Amino acid sequence: MELPAQPGAQGLYDPRHEHDACGVGFVAHIKGKKSHGIVEQGLTVLRNLTHRGAVGWDPKLSDGSGLLIQIPDRFLREEMARQGVKLPPLGQYGVGMVFLPRDPASRQACEYEIERAVKDEGQVILGWRDVPVDNADLAEPAKKLEPVIRQIFIGRGRGVTVTDALERKLYIIRKSSGHAIQALRLAHGKEFYVPSMSARTLVYKGMLLAHQVGEYYLDLKDARVESALALVHQRFSTNTFPSWDLAHPFRMIAHNGEINTVRGNVNWIRARQGAISSPVLDEDLGKIWPLIYPGQSDSASFDNALELLVMGGYSVAHAMMMMIPEAWENHALMDPARRAFYEYHAAMMEPWDGPASIAFTDGRQIGATLDRNGLRPSRYIVTEDGLVIMGSECGCLPVPEEKIVKKWRLQPGKMFLVDLEKGRIVDDAELKDALSGARPYAEWIERIRVKLDEVESEKTAPLKSAVPLLDRQQAFAYTQEEVKFLMAPMSQNGEEPIGSMGNDSPLAVLSGKDKTLYHYFKQLFAQVTNPPIDPIREELVTSLVSFIGPKPNLLGIDEMNPPLRLEVSQPVLDFYEMEKIRHIERYTGGKFRALELDITYPVAWGRDAVEARLASLCAQAEDAVRAGASIIVISDRLVDRERVAIPALLALSAIHQHLVAKGLRTSAGLVVETGSAREVHHFALLGGYGAEAVHPYLALETLLAMHPGDPAAGSKAIKNFVKAVGKGLKKVMSKMGISTYMSYTGAQIFEAVGLARPLVDKYFTGTASNVGGIGLFEVAEEAIRIHCAAFDERDPVLREMLDAGGEYAWRVRGEEHMWTPDAIAKLQRATRSDSYSSYKEYAQIINDQSLRHMTLRGLFEFQRDKVRPVPIDEVEPAAEIVKRFSTGAMSLGSISTEAHTTLAVAMNRIGGKSNTGEGGEDRRRYAPVKAGETLRSRLGAGRVEKDIELRAGDVLKSKIKQVASGRFGVTAEYLASAEQIQIKMAQGAKPGEGGQLPGRKVSEYIAELRFSTPGVELISPPPHHDIYSIEDLAQLIHDLKNANPNASISVKLVSEVGVGTVAAGVSKAKADHVTISGYDGGTGASPWSSIKHAGTPWELGLAETQQTLVLNRLRGRIAVQVDGQLKTGRDVVIGAILGADEFGFATAPLVVSGCIMMRKCHLNTCPVGVATQDPALRRKFTGKPEYVVNYMFYVAEEARELMASLGIRKLDELIGRTDLLDMRKGIEHWKAKGLDFSRIFEMPKMPVQVAVHHSESQDHGLEKALDQRLIELAQPALERGEKVAIDMPIRNINRTVGTMLSHEIARRYGHEGLAEDTIQVRFAGSAGQSFGAFLARGVALSLVGDTNDYCGKGLSGGRISVQPSPKFRGEPADNIITGNVVLYGAIAGEAYFRGVAGERFAVRNSGATAVVEGVGDHGCEYMTGGTVAVLGSTGRNFAAGMSGGIAYVLDTDGDFARRCNPAMVDLEPILAETEQQARGGREFWHLGRTDEANVRALIEAHAKHTGSRRAQQILGQWAEYRARFVKVFPKEYRRALGELAAARKKEAA
Amino acid sequence: MGKVTGFLEYQRLQEASESTDARKKHYREFVLHLSDEEAKIQGARCMDCGTPFCMSGCPVNNIIPDWNDLVYRGDWKLAIDTLHSTNNFPEFTGRVCPAPCEEACVLRINNDPVGIKSIEHAIIDRAWESGWVAPQPAAARTGKKVAVIGSGPAGLACAQQLARAGHAVTVYEKNDRIGGLLRYGIPDFKMEKWHIDRRIEQMQAEGVEFRTNHVIGAAPVGAGNRQARPVDAKKLLKDFDAVVLAGGAEVPRDLPVPGRDLDGVHFAMDFLPLQNRRVAGDKNVDDLWASGKHVVIIGGGDTGSDCVGTSNRHAASSITQFELLPMPPDPERNPEWPYWPTRLRTSSSHEEGAERDWSIATKAFVGEGGKVKALKAVKLDWTSGKPVEVPGSEFELPADLVLLAMGFVSPVASVLEVFGVEKDARGNVRADVEGASAYRTSVDKLFTAGDMRRGQSLVVWAIREGRQCARAVDEFLMGLSELPR
Repeated sequence: MELPAQPGAQGLYDPRHEHDACGVGFVAHIKGKKSHGIVEQGLTVLRNLTHRGAVGWDPKLSDGSGLLIQIPDRFLREEMARQGVKLPPLGQYGVGMVFLPRDPASRQACEYEIERAVKDEGQVILGWRDVPVDNADLAEPAKKLEPVIRQIFIGRGRGVTVTDALERKLYIIRKSSGHAIQALRLAHGKEFYVPSMSARTLVYKGMLLAHQVGEYYLDLKDARVESALALVHQRFSTNTFPSWDLAHPFRMIAHNGEINTVRGNVNWIRARQGAISSPVLDEDLGKIWPLIYPGQSDSASFDNALELLVMGGYSVAHAMMMMIPEAWENHALMDPARRAFYEYHAAMMEPWDGPASIAFTDGRQIGATLDRNGLRPSRYIVTEDGLVIMGSECGCLPVPEEKIVKKWRLQPGKMFLVDLEKGRIVDDAELKDALSGARPYAEWIERIRVKLDEVESEKTAPLKSAVPLLDRQQAFAYTQEEVKFLMAPMSQNGEEPIGSMGNDSPLAVLSGKDKTLYHYFKQLFAQVTNPPIDPIREELVTSLVSFIGPKPNLLGIDEMNPPLRLEVSQPVLDFYEMEKIRHIERYTGGKFRALELDITYPVAWGRDAVEARLASLCAQAEDAVRAGASIIVISDRLVDRERVAIPALLALSAIHQHLVAKGLRTSAGLVVETGSAREVHHFALLGGYGAEAVHPYLALETLLAMHPGDPAAGSKAIKNFVKAVGKGLKKVMSKMGISTYMSYTGAQIFEAVGLARPLVDKYFTGTASNVGGIGLFEVAEEAIRIHCAAFDERDPVLREMLDAGGEYAWRVRGEEHMWTPDAIAKLQRATRSDSYSSYKEYAQIINDQSLRHMTLRGLFEFQRDKVRPVPIDEVEPAAEIVKRFSTGAMSLGSISTEAHTTLAVAMNRIGGKSNTGEGGEDRRRYAPVKAGETLRSRLGAGRVEKDIELRAGDVLKSKIKQVASGRFGVTAEYLASAEQIQIKMAQGAKPGEGGQLPGRKVSEYIAELRFSTPGVELISPPPHHDIYSIEDLAQLIHDLKNANPNASISVKLVSEVGVGTVAAGVSKAKADHVTISGYDGGTGASPWSSIKHAGTPWELGLAETQQTLVLNRLRGRIAVQVDGQLKTGRDVVIGAILGADEFGFATAPLVVSGCIMMRKCHLNTCPVGVATQDPALRRKFTGKPEYVVNYMFYVAEEARELMASLGIRKLDELIGRTDLLDMRKGIEHWKAKGLDFSRIFEMPKMPVQVAVHHSESQDHGLEKALDQRLIELAQPALERGEKVAIDMPIRNINRTVGTMLSHEIARRYGHEGLAEDTIQVRFAGSAGQSFGAFLARGVALSLVGDTNDYCGKGLSGGRISVQPSPKFRGEPADNIITGNVVLYGAIAGEAYFRGVAGERFAVRNSGATAVVEGVGDHGCEYMTGGTVAVLGSTGRNFAAGMSGGIAYVLDTDGDFARRCNPAMVDLEPILAETEQQARGGREFWHLGRTDEANVRALIEAHAKHTGSRRAQQILGQWAEYRARFVKVFPKEYRRALGELAAARKKEAA
Repeated sequence: MGKVTGFLEYQRLQEASESTDARKKHYREFVLHLSDEEAKIQGARCMDCGTPFCMSGCPVNNIIPDWNDLVYRGDWKLAIDTLHSTNNFPEFTGRVCPAPCEEACVLRINNDPVGIKSIEHAIIDRAWESGWVAPQPAAARTGKKVAVIGSGPAGLACAQQLARAGHAVTVYEKNDRIGGLLRYGIPDFKMEKWHIDRRIEQMQAEGVEFRTNHVIGAAPVGAGNRQARPVDAKKLLKDFDAVVLAGGAEVPRDLPVPGRDLDGVHFAMDFLPLQNRRVAGDKNVDDLWASGKHVVIIGGGDTGSDCVGTSNRHAASSITQFELLPMPPDPERNPEWPYWPTRLRTSSSHEEGAERDWSIATKAFVGEGGKVKALKAVKLDWTSGKPVEVPGSEFELPADLVLLAMGFVSPVASVLEVFGVEKDARGNVRADVEGASAYRTSVDKLFTAGDMRRGQSLVVWAIREGRQCARAVDEFLMGLSELPR
C-alpha cells in the first residue's frame, strides 16, 4: 500500500503537536580563521551527538540533522567559474540554498518565482548551481521526500552598497518569493524550502542521520569548503514524520529545547503587524508578512522572529536578549542598567519561554544562550589555538587536554558570544553591559513607566450595582459550594484549596446542569518534551508583571518617544485599581484613555443575538483603538434582570482575536471586568485568551459580604484571595513550563472539550477541540438559562440562597457523580459477599449512561450489526484477562500499609501488577510468603495496625516500581526488584505539578522507606530534574534499563491534546510501555482546579496515542496501558477498542478495600483506614486481598461477556477495533447533541503488517554498553567478593557506566552491596551522561577527565571521584568538571569532583556525601539528607526547598547569603570543635559529629580521592578557612532532630 | 465541615429525656432538644463526606453535612434555611423520624453515627424560638387552583409547595382537624399537636385554604368523622386545575381468627386517636381505655409501640406486645450499611415498660360474655424461612384489651373509586415517580402522593412524595417548574 510519508492531520493526530529536542553544538575559530578542518570538526561533533537524536521505525530514518557554515567563497567561486560565472567579491553576493520540487514543472515554477523576486528587488541573478548529493544511504521515506537541491547566486543591485543591505534584500527576496510560491498551492511543490539565503552563511541539512550529513552533501568533503564556524544540530522529534525542512540549523539558529509559549508568541507577532514600522526595512517590511506560517515548528518560528529583529536593525545578541531575557524581575543581584534594559524591552516583546539552548549566528558572530531556568545543557571549551567548541555535551569533539585553556558551561539566562570579526570571546557580562549601556534605558523607563500602584487617584468608591448580590451571583452560576470550598479558603489562607480522589463528575457538555463557558476548557501541561517548573522553590524565575496598554514598536530601534506603559505587579485588580483604570485618562493627564465595552445585552433578544453582538463589540473595539483608546475594558457589570452577559471569556477572546487579526492588538490593552471569574482556572483562561488584567468585582463583593460590617476583615479577605489567585496562576503557568504572565497572556494553553469546531475556529482560533459540542448559540443559551434562573423568583429556595452545588462533594440533585452512594455500597457488598450479580447491579449504575450522561465513553454504543457473537466459553478465560490489570501508583504514605499491601497481595495472586507509587518499598516485602506468616509477622508488629492473613506463596512486593520526580527510595536494589519500572511523567490528579508530604506524615517507617529523616517534609519537584526534554527521557529510560535489564520500562503520561505525539516520542525513546491516564483519575491530593480542569478524558488521549503510534509504525514495540476512572468490564472493552493492551485501576480497588469516597485523603482522617497513617484509624481498615481479587475477576468476566457478544475471542483481537464502536443514537440532551466522535473512532489505514497492539520489543542496545566488559572483568568480585581493579578509556558516547554492574551487585547482595572498594575502576576521558548512576556499594569509579549531566544520579552506596587530566592547564576550581543535575536522588555513597559542577547539584540528595569546588544555580535543591561540601562559589537559589541534610559552603566572596534561598534554611558559622562541644546541643549535630570534624573529614577525603590542590590549601590554612565556611542548616531538619531527641529521651525515661 | 478531627474526639450524644416514671404520668413530649453547645459538638462529629451517604439515605435528601457544619459554626439561621430547603416540616421529622440517615452515616460503619436527628430537632426548635419560621407567600399568583385531598404530611407538604409556587390551594380533610396521621395517629407524648397548628397558621398565611370535615365521595368510612360533608369528586376535577390525592393508607390489616368479633379487640387506630382527642380537649370521646386492663398488642412496629406508650399512661395492669416475625438481631453496627437494616428497635415507649415476644402467631381470642378475656397463641419456628408452629408451644394469655397494630393494607377504596383511578396490585393508586408522568394517576388532572401511592410508610417519605408531587403538578400547570424537589 502506498502511503504518503507525511501524513496530514487525521483522526486525533495533528502534526501541529510534534515536538523536538536534540543535540546542538558549534565549532568556531575565535580569530575567524577559515579552514576545512572546522567543517570536519563540526561533522565530528554531530556524529558524537548521535545518541541525542532518534530514529523512527526504520533505523535509517532520522529526524534530521544539518550544518551551518560561512559561505565557502573559494570553493563556490571556483565551482561557479566552471559554469562561466564570475562571482563578485565575498560579501557582495548571496547564496540561496534551495530545496526544490522534484516535479520538473513545479520546480521551474518555483525557480521562476525566486528569480522574479530577485529582479523585483532590483538585484542580479548570477546563476544556479546543482548541489551534488549521494543519496545511496538514505532511508526510503527520506528518499521519497528528497528535494532537488540547488543553490542560487544573487549579486547586488544598484543602491546596495554594504553587505548588511544585501543581506536585507536577500531576506526580502526569500520572504516574498516564498509567499508567492505558497500562493501557487502546487500539489507537487511540497518540497520547496529555502534553508538559507545569505551573503554570509550557508546551510546544509536534511532528513539525514548525523553521520550522513557529510556523506550526502558531497560539497562538505571538498577541502576547499572552508569556514571559521560550523553550527551543527541533531534532531529528536517525537514522531516519525520528519521532513527535510524541519531539520536544523535554521537560518540563524539551532535550538535544543522547546518554546512553550510559541502559540502566544506567534499570535503576538501577528498582533503587532499593524503597529510595526522599521526605519531600516522601511516599506520592504510589508513584504515579509505573514512572518510565520501556521503550523511551523517552534524553532522555525523563533528563527523567523529573530531574523526579523536582526533585519530590523538589532544586533543578533540584542535580539536574543529581547526574545530570551534573563529572569530579571526578581533578580536582586542584577546590575540596574541591565535590569532597565530588560524592563524596557519587556514591553516590546514577551519572552519566548521554555527550555532552550540556542546557538545562533549571523555569520560574523556566533554564540549561544540558555533559557532563564537553565534547563538545557551547554558545555564549551576554549583551546590555546583559538578554537571554541560548544555542545550539548562535553567530549563531543575530542581535543587533547593540554590544548584546552578553559572548560565552562552556559549558565541560566546567560549568553556567550564569539566575535569572529573582532577575534575574541565576549562574555555575558561584557556583552550585556555594553548593550545595556548603549542607551539610557533606566532613564527612559523612569520616563515611560507608569506603575498603577503609584498612580495618584481620588480613591473613587466602586460603582455599586443596584441588583442584589445573590441575584448577580446566580447570574454567574455561583454555588454555595464554590463559595465555601474555594473562595472562603482562598480568602483565609491565600492558597487554593486541596481535594482528593479525582474527578468523577461529567464533562460540561454532558452535564445536565448549566455550566459556565470556563468549564469547557481544559488546561494543558508540559510532559516529557519540556519540563514544568516549580513556582514555589524556583520562584525567582517567575513573574506576574503585566503591562496594560499600547506596546512599543518592535522594530523601533531609534525610538525617540516610546509610548507610556502601565504596569501592574499582578493581573488581578481590586476595586480601587479598577477605578484607576476606568478613569485613567483623568489620572495620567490624558496619556492613557480607557474605553468600556458593555458585553451585556437585552435577554429578550435571546440567544440569536450573541453573534451580532460579538461582531459589534469587535467593531467597536477596533474603532476605539483606531481612535486612540489605549485600554479597552470589557465589562459585564451592567448585568441585571433585563440584561444578560455574554460569557466574558467569549467576548474577550473574540475581541482579542479580532484585534490580532487587524494588527491592532498591541495598540491597546484589554482589561476584563467580570462577575464570572472566581477560581484560578477562570483567571488562567482569561489571561490565556488575552486579558492583561482582570477585575473580578463579584468575587470581591462576595468576599466583602462574608464579613459584613468588618471592612478590615473584608479587605484582608480580598488581599488573600488575590494572593491565592496569583499563586494559582503561577502554578497553572508553570505546569506548562511558562514563567511569566507576559508570555502566558494570549498563549492559549488550553484545549476545548465539548465546543463545536466552528465556534472554536472563529472565536478561539488555534485551540484544539476534538469532539465537537455546543456551538455559539448554545453557549449563549446556556448563559441565558443561568441568567433566567437567577432572576426567576419562583424557586423558594434559590430565592433565598445559592444552589448547593455538588461538583466537589456529592449532593442529591447536585452535579452527577459516577461514584454514587449506591454504586459504592453495591460494589463493596458484591466483592465482600462474592456476588457477581451484585457486581452487575453496580456495573449497571456505572455503565448505563442513557439518562445520566457522564463520560464520552458513556455515549459510545457497541456496533453489533455486523458482528457474530461467539459462545462465551470460546472467549479467553478471565484468569488470562486479569493479568493485564494493574493497580494505580499510590504510595505507602498516601495510603496505609494495610491498604498498600492488600493491593499488592491481591494483584500478585492474579498475576496482575501493583505499583509501589512514589516512595520506595520495604525490603521485607521482597521474599515470598511462607505458610503461617501474616502481614504483621512479616513487616513487624509496630508497622501493622490491622493484620492481614496471608497464604503461602503470596507475594507482598509491587511488581511495578515507580520512579517519580522525588526519587524517594529509588536504589539500585529497589530497581533490581522490579518487573516494570514506571517513570511518572504526570499524574491524572495534577499533571505538571509536584507534591509534598508534610513532615507530620513522615513516620519513622515512611522515613525508612524513603531514606529520609522522620518528621522532615519531603518535596517532589514538578519536573524530573533529569528530564527536561525527550532525549533526556530516552537517557533515563536507558539508565533504568541498565539498572534492571529484565524490567520493562514504562512511562506514565496524562491525556491532553498532543499526547499521541509524545507517546510516539516515548516509543522512539525506547520505552517498553506507556500509560495514558485520564485527567479524571488520580487518588492523590491536589488543588481542586487541577483535579477538575487539567488534562482531558482518556478516551481522547488513548485514541490519539493509538492512532499516532500506528501511523508511525511504532505501536508494536510498546505496550499501551490506560487508566483513569476505569470501573467496569465495559470500560475495559472500550479501552481495548481505543488501543489499550493493559488496564489500570485505582479508585475502584480502594473502594473495594473500604474507601467510601470521603475525599479527605489529604487530611489524614480517612475513617476507614485506607488513606491515613493514623494508627487508630488504620485499625479500622477492613479490606482483604480476596475482595480485590473478586473485583478484578468480575471486571474481567463482564469484559468477557461483552467480548462474546462482539464475536471477539481474544483481547488482543479487540485492540484498535474502533469499527465496533458508534455514538449512542438518539441522545436527546440539548448540549450533547453536537458531539462528534468520528475522530476518536478513526483508525489510520495502514498495511496489514503494521502492528496495532503490543507484539514486538524494543532494542535497547545494552550489548554495546561498557558495562558488559566491566561485568565480565568483575566476575571474581561479583561471585566471590574478591577485589578487582580495572582500567579503561571512556568517551561521551559511553553512557550510564557502572549501572549494569551495580544491578548485578544489587541483585545478589541487595542494598548492602559489596565491601568498600571491592571493584575499582579507573577511567580516563570524557564520560557520557549518567556516569555512575545508581552505583552500588563496593564500586569505586575514579575518572581522570570530566563528565556530563546526571553523574551519580541515584547513587546507591558507590563512590565516584573525578579529577581533571594532569595535562589540563586550567585551574580546576575555575573550570567545569561535571554537568547538570549531578547526584540527583542520590541515596548513599560518596562523590568527589575536583572542579565546578553545573546547575542543580545534589538535587534531592537523601544520603550521599559529596564534595565539589563550585556549583551552579539551585544547588542542593529539595535535598532531604546527606552532606555536601562546596569549596567554591555557588550559583543562585542554593538550598531551595532543602529540608534535610547539611551543606557546608566555602563563602569565598562573602556573598553566599544572597545566593542562598533562605525560605527553608538557616545559615550558621562553623564553630571550632572545642567551641561547639562547649556549647552543647549535641542532639542537633549532623551525623553526631561536630561541624568542624565533618568538614575536615570531607575535605581530607576529597584531597585523597582527587588530589585537589584547593583541598590541600584549605587544610593547610585551616583556621583561616574554617571561619569562611557557612553551614546550611534546614529548619525542618533541625526541628526533626529536636523531636527525635525528645522522643529518645522519653523512651529512655 | 464540622471539625476535621471531631469524629475522633467527640461521642454521640443522646437527647436528654424525662425519666420513665415521670413521663408516664402525662402526655407531653419528654425528649429535650440538645443545647446549642451540645448540638455544636454533635455537628463537629460530621466528617462532611465527599459522598454523604446520609443524604441519599434520607428520603427528603436533607443536605445534612451542610447544616451539621452550620450548627458547628453557630450559623443557626442559615442552618434552618438549608434544612427547610429540602424539608417542609423538620419539627415533625426531628421528633418522629426513625432516622434512616443515621443508618447510612459513614461513621455508622465502625462507630456511632452522628446524631443527625437530634441536630435537626435542635435546629428547627431554635428556629421557631427565634421567629425565623415565617410565611413565605409566593411573589406572584398563577391563577391556577389546586385541590389537595388529605392533610397528612404528604398533603401538607404538597400544599405548601404549591402555594409557594403561586397556586391557589385548597386542602380537604375528612376529620375535624388538620394533620391526618400526624394529628390522630401519633401520640402527643411523641409529638405535641401545637406543632401542627403552628404550621397550619404559616400555610394559611401563605394562602392555603383548609376545609375540614369534608369527605370525598358519598359516605365517611372507617375511623372518619361522622359529621363530614360529602364532596363530589367530579366537581372537584371540574372546579380545580389539578387535584392531588394524598389520603394515606388507612385500611388496617386485620386478624381474622376465631373471636375477632369479641368486644375488646380493636384496631390500634380505633384506640390511639381517642387519646389524642382527649388531650386536645374534646368532649364526648368514646370510652375506650386500657386502664387496669391486661393489654395485648399484636404487631411489633411503631404503631404497636405507640399503643404501649398510651397503655402505660392509662395505667394498664399488664402490657404484652407480640410480633409474628422472629426477633431481629441487635448488632452494634449496621450490617446493611448504608441501607436500612432489620434490627431490634427499642422505642422510648418500650423503655417505659412492656413484655415483648417474637415469633408468635395468634390463633384465637377467647371471650366471656362477648368480651375478650384471653388470647390463644403459638410459637413459631422461622429457621426454614417460613413460619412453622412449634408443637406443644400453644399458650393462653389473659387479655382484656387487644390492639391490632399490624400495619395498613391500602388506601380507603371508596375514595379511589369515586375518581375511578387505576390501582396497583396492592390496591394503591398507580403512579410513577420519575419522568413525564410522575405522580400522575390514570385520570387527567389527578395526581397522587404519599401512602396512597406508595403504601404505608414513614412521615419523611410522605413529605418527600408531597414535595415531588407538587413539582409535578406545577410542571403540569405551568409547563416548567422551579420548585425544588
